[in-house]
Amino acid sequence: MVPLSWYLILAAALFSIGLFGALSRRNAVAILLGIELMLNAVNINLAAFWRYGNVMDMAGQVFAIIVFAVAAAEVAVGLALVISVYRKRNTVIADEIDLMKW
Amino acid sequence: MTGEQIIFLLVAFFTLASGFMVVTTGNLIHAAFWLVSTLFGVAVVFAILNAGFLAVVQVVVYIGAIAILFIFAVMLTRKDMRDQGPQVNKNWWVGALLSVLTFGGLYFLLQGWNGLSRTAADIPFGFDAVNELGTALVSPDAYVLPFEVASVLLVAAMVGAVYVAFNRK
Repeated sequence: MVPLSWYLILAAALFSIGLFGALSRRNAVAILLGIELMLNAVNINLAAFWRYGNVMDMAGQVFAIIVFAVAAAEVAVGLALVISVYRKRNTVIADEIDLMKW
Repeated sequence: MTGEQIIFLLVAFFTLASGFMVVTTGNLIHAAFWLVSTLFGVAVVFAILNAGFLAVVQVVVYIGAIAILFIFAVMLTRKDMRDQGPQVNKNWWVGALLSVLTFGGLYFLLQGWNGLSRTAADIPFGFDAVNELGTALVSPDAYVLPFEVASVLLVAAMVGAVYVAFNRK
């Protein structure tokens, strides 16, 4: 049987990798890729706590499904924004999208 | 070390290595393909955790919809992918330091928690997790309100995405 700590450490490592991607990539699409990794790490935690807690209580899985829905909504709006910005300013580099930076 | 542990370690290594490639590889289309492989590793983790429905949803929604959406977005903004500038910004070392500190802090927190070595109870005989999950999602004394709010959120996101990306001549 796999101990609970292994899942938590896997999720923490995946979250940190996603955090690095979200903080340090220049491309806006790559930043969204990092955010997806972070959301997936959270889902591993939710599923692990469901399995290692009371299996009869479905709160962990229900919350994981809500996170799926939020991730889908986030990526749809985020990529629409990136494509819209690319049409208007011809760039997807986050540093160059500075119209509101003053 | 049991067989389940060996399988878990292999899957975890595969997932983390793919995730590392997502944030470091220069070509964005390759990063999107590495994201598919990471998501698949997470789906296998769900399967090891007896969360079969989550594993299927992970493959259908994440790999089938979100990763494909990323690949479309990369292709629609392709012109900038080809230029050979640096892929990380000039403060990338702050991001690396912060993520290492986050991992170290989480690891430190986990060491001080006494529930870590907990093992999972066996699934009771005849327990149907998918059935229970479906009932919990639509029963009024459980999670029907978050479920409906999630559907409203999805509609709002769809309308917003169409509005934002619409090409007005």
